[in-house]
Amino acid sequence: MDYIKAFIVGGGICVIAQVILDRTKLTPGHILVSFVTLGVVLGALGIYEPLVEFGGAGAKTPILGFGYALAKGAIKGAKADGFLGAFSGGLEAGAGGIAAAIIFGYTMAVIFNPKTKD
Amino acid sequence: MALKRIGNQTIKLLNPPTILSNYSIVGPKEGQGPLKDYFDLIIEDDLWGQESFEKAECKFQEEAIRSAVDNAELSLKDMDFLIAGDLLNQIVATGYSARELAIPFFGLYGACSTMTESLSLGAMLVEGGFADKLVCATSSHFSTAERQFRFPLEYAAQRTFSAKWTVTGAGATVLSSYGSGPYITHVTPGRIIDPGITDAANMGAAMAPAAMDTLINHFQDTGFKPSDYDLIITGDLGIVGKSIVMDMMKEKGYDLGSVYTDCGVEIFNPRAQDTHAGGSGCACSAVVLNGYVLKEMKKGKFKRVLFMSTGALHSPIITQQGESIPSIGHAITIDINNE
Amino acid sequence: MENLNNNEYQKFADKKVPKPTYLKNVILAFLVGGAICTIAQGVTNFLESQGYNEDLCGMGTSIVMIFIGSLLTGLGVYDKIGKVGGAGAAVPITGFANSIVAPAMEFKREGFIFGVAAKMFIIAGPVLVYGIGSSIIAGLLSILFKG
Repeated sequence: MDYIKAFIVGGGICVIAQVILDRTKLTPGHILVSFVTLGVVLGALGIYEPLVEFGGAGAKTPILGFGYALAKGAIKGAKADGFLGAFSGGLEAGAGGIAAAIIFGYTMAVIFNPKTKD
Repeated sequence: MALKRIGNQTIKLLNPPTILSNYSIVGPKEGQGPLKDYFDLIIEDDLWGQESFEKAECKFQEEAIRSAVDNAELSLKDMDFLIAGDLLNQIVATGYSARELAIPFFGLYGACSTMTESLSLGAMLVEGGFADKLVCATSSHFSTAERQFRFPLEYAAQRTFSAKWTVTGAGATVLSSYGSGPYITHVTPGRIIDPGITDAANMGAAMAPAAMDTLINHFQDTGFKPSDYDLIITGDLGIVGKSIVMDMMKEKGYDLGSVYTDCGVEIFNPRAQDTHAGGSGCACSAVVLNGYVLKEMKKGKFKRVLFMSTGALHSPIITQQGESIPSIGHAITIDINNE
Repeated sequence: MENLNNNEYQKFADKKVPKPTYLKNVILAFLVGGAICTIAQGVTNFLESQGYNEDLCGMGTSIVMIFIGSLLTGLGVYDKIGKVGGAGAAVPITGFANSIVAPAMEFKREGFIFGVAAKMFIIAGPVLVYGIGSSIIAGLLSILFKG
């Protein structure tokens, strides 16, 4: 059951992004930036939480979920350590993903070469 | 008193230079397209054994120039000038291919209009008595243009239907003061026209008004009608731009009819090759001219051709600043006969 | 083209551009995006079954998905998924990984410092700037409006 929920929530979020891509001149880069920011806002306001509880990875895997995790981390940090925690909490929550992106990104770039599209 | 000028912006060459030889090299995708049998050389590996796509583009251009000169049964020493350009920053593909050739060199930046820009200037130099023989060339490469103007190759982005596909290839043409044709008889340089299009993925629409401006001036200056030509062909307006030109020229009283087409439309099969609006890049018009058009002229299919490369003179930096795309089209008349 | 009105022309030109195949794009985005999220759910369930707590499961899933996205980009597969799936491939965290690996690979020939390392973040950099930046603001605001 949780697979079906993940599929529907994750697919649904991607559909919203696809409609924006097709209806506007925005590029995927714009979508990533606006969705991560939107994720922070929705996460901070507590709107995203129910979606995560329902959709699981379907809500966490889209970049919205990354924004949600950052916001949740920052607020948690702020609660625990005050102002300093607000600065470090978000990055702490996202640290694993960011570190993975850096090391895997670099490694893949060293191993592989880009191929011409056909 | 400029004796050779007619009308607003056209030059009539009184001793028209001859196109002595021509050569075209294309990459693998172009080599599967509808014009594949016309190209002199199809390279299956678009790196062509080089370390980078930029270096491969240099090789494309250098080999096209060498082969065009060979085809004329001349040597590089016989060339008075090399007039060439490409799409890359500081036209490096041209600078580095010219490094290997040791011909007095004029570098041009006309974006995708480079082929007719170089032929226009080359024809005037030859006709004016400043050169006996010279070579005009240009190149572009999908993978060098893509990273400079669009996205990294492996980036997962969808292309819009107005987007075009940069042609990988190079074309070179040798002009001479004597010979038996085909001749370049008229040159109509274009003006920059900017209809305010800011979407770099819709260059066909950005360039179409510049193409129409040059066409109309050419017809007014020379007195030619579209029906005086066997072929009127623009550089890389693609499917979108071609359709705009057809409709708007008709409105202005010039029915281009079936003699008109566009190199970007002809070079790919948009459905089978998934090229959306068609081909683009300097090499698009260069390889269609040096591959298809000139070969068919020599076979007698076309007697008089109006050939116009079209260029969009923007850069990613200035379009990010919100500027629109200024465009240009240079037209030349190529005639089997020297009236 | 002196009497050309730019606004009118742009409208005319827009009509000439074939419209995106909205329905097909949306369905494909749903299927591809949904499939990626389902794989992520599988990873999460596996990590949970190994006894990791919720936070570690979330982080572990991100790491695994980023690895998958990076590898498929390196193999030259992810851009093809993106061509089909559109936003369905771009919006999941695998698309974020793709946006890092693609420029990093592309600029390898310009060197490992100012090529690979500098260009890695041309798209992901803004995501981190806005994501982390706004999370700090959210954290600070949560102190101000303690509820």
